[in-house]
Amino acid sequence: MLLEINDLKVSYGKIQAIKGISLNIKAGEIVTLVGANGAGKTTLLKTISGILKPAAGVIKFDGKDIQGIAPHNRVLEGLCQAPEGRGIFPGMTVLENLEMGKYARKDWKSELSEDIERIYTLFPRLKERQSQAGGTLSGGEQQMLSIGRALMSRPRLLLLDEPSMGLAPMFIQQIFKIIREIQSQGVSILLVEQNAAQALSCANRAYILETGNIVKEGAGKDLLNDDAIKKAYLGTGA
Amino acid sequence: MDFSILWTEFFGLTLDGIVVGAIYALVSLGYTLVYGVLRLINFAHSEIFMIGTFTSLGLSIVFGFTGLEEPLGIVLFLLVFLVMALASGIVSGMSAVLLEFVAYRRLRRRGASRLSSLISAIGASFFLVEFYRLTTESKDWDFPRMLSKDPIFSISSAYFTLDKIIILLGAFGLMFGLDRIINKTRLGRGIRAVSQDEKTAILMGVNVDRVISFTFLVGGVLAGFASTFYMLFYESTKFNVGFLLGISAFTAAVLGGIGNIRGALVGSFVLGLIQQYSSVVLGYNWRDVVTFVILVFVLLFKPTGLFGEALQRARV
Ligand SMILES: Nc1ncnc2c1ncn2[C@@H]1O[C@H](COP(=O)(O)OP(=O)(O)OP(=O)(O)O)[C@@H](O)[C@H]1O
Ligand SMILES: [Mg+2]
Repeated sequence: MLLEINDLKVSYGKIQAIKGISLNIKAGEIVTLVGANGAGKTTLLKTISGILKPAAGVIKFDGKDIQGIAPHNRVLEGLCQAPEGRGIFPGMTVLENLEMGKYARKDWKSELSEDIERIYTLFPRLKERQSQAGGTLSGGEQQMLSIGRALMSRPRLLLLDEPSMGLAPMFIQQIFKIIREIQSQGVSILLVEQNAAQALSCANRAYILETGNIVKEGAGKDLLNDDAIKKAYLGTGA
Repeated sequence: MDFSILWTEFFGLTLDGIVVGAIYALVSLGYTLVYGVLRLINFAHSEIFMIGTFTSLGLSIVFGFTGLEEPLGIVLFLLVFLVMALASGIVSGMSAVLLEFVAYRRLRRRGASRLSSLISAIGASFFLVEFYRLTTESKDWDFPRMLSKDPIFSISSAYFTLDKIIILLGAFGLMFGLDRIINKTRLGRGIRAVSQDEKTAILMGVNVDRVISFTFLVGGVLAGFASTFYMLFYESTKFNVGFLLGISAFTAAVLGGIGNIRGALVGSFVLGLIQQYSSVVLGYNWRDVVTFVILVFVLLFKPTGLFGEALQRARV
């Protein structure tokens, strides 16, 4: 098991946003977490990355409890996140943003150009824009940059927070295609999405999150055909 | 008001404005860098500068140059000056790191409000001023003239003396070095990342505490070098030397757009020039009044400074 979460609880002051959830990801899988606004998806990702501290529960990565590992050191363990809102450094160029993906390594300059080329192969658009300031990219380009930057750290588990948010349908198709491509290169993915149709058909397994609780889990394809889910998330039910 | 002096002395005033501006620039970078990463005005930064002036002074006493009558030879001077600048840079840099550790870090860990940090900053500043006031007997301390101030050459009314040339070369060298550090080194990239988006910086593996310490170190070292240049130029210091210089450097940073490195540099030279020109037109005593007026006007009417948000790209 690559990621194992057990009975995790996370609170903001008195408000409990995550109310005891368990979830796991095997190496090589795409697992999606689907839920409405405010369900607690971002909260969960932030807790995995260490930005938020859990009130209770265990997070194990590769069999090791990561509670004691400082957030900035989790990248070195092989966990990297493309955060909600993309988190592009607006005053850095596209190239500099990508280079930030390797910051965690003291030897970040070694094999730098190979890593950059790898990202440019995946996102040729970024190469055309490499000296443009990150803040001036279009939303779709920023999303590519955000994913590309996370991949620069050569993660074993990539955390994606709503990569399709605010993108045109054509762009969404492309992002999901790339997500599968990243999986084929051996990276496991935890994909948070509101675009349930796309996410469920892309993922191996899925969890449905409702106000801090997991209400359903199963294979992506099965959930896609589940009546209750169709009704609540796909807008196609009876 | 006498404008005719402004014209006859124009080149000389311009040269002095640039020299003074270069000293402001080195100090204002400390304000702007720290503001970038912490969104905090480090009010004790002026005292970090003051500590540097006393370090240079202390060395001049240790070297036995007090009351020196003949200037040193150029080679010996350069050697002595380099030692003083390095020592002041190190002492100021370490003091700044210590200051952050003592006055800000705990507050930040506890998620205290900006206002608490600001009060802590002012408290630290008072402590340092009073500590130096007591230990230096509130006196004006003269710095020996180790270098002849006869002009080497002149352009119209601008007399290029060795001290001015050394200050300009030194300051521009340091600015270039800073640019390299900020843009090419790992910790420099960390400073930019934390300034632009702290949360994402953490996700990329940036150790924010370390970056903040490094920021204070860089700002402190620059202020330390600036203090040695200041001593060479003004040849005197006192426990409250940081106050007016700090206000000028801070005004320069605000004028250029606080948090913006290029802004701080441009603001410093603009302020240096304005101070020189206005002090002959209005009289020298008005110099600091002009500085305060600029500070108040910028804060009231254009708080984002000359470059405002348009120069977002240039933000640290
Ligand atoms: N900093 C905060 N302080 C207090 N409450 C918060 C904070 N951040 C999030 N919350 C609350 O926690 C709950 C979960 O928020 P979260 O951002 O995890 O939702 P989400 O599933 O990512 O939603 P979305 O799809 O809109 O991004 C929400 O009710 C939200 O209001
Ligand atoms: Mg969210």
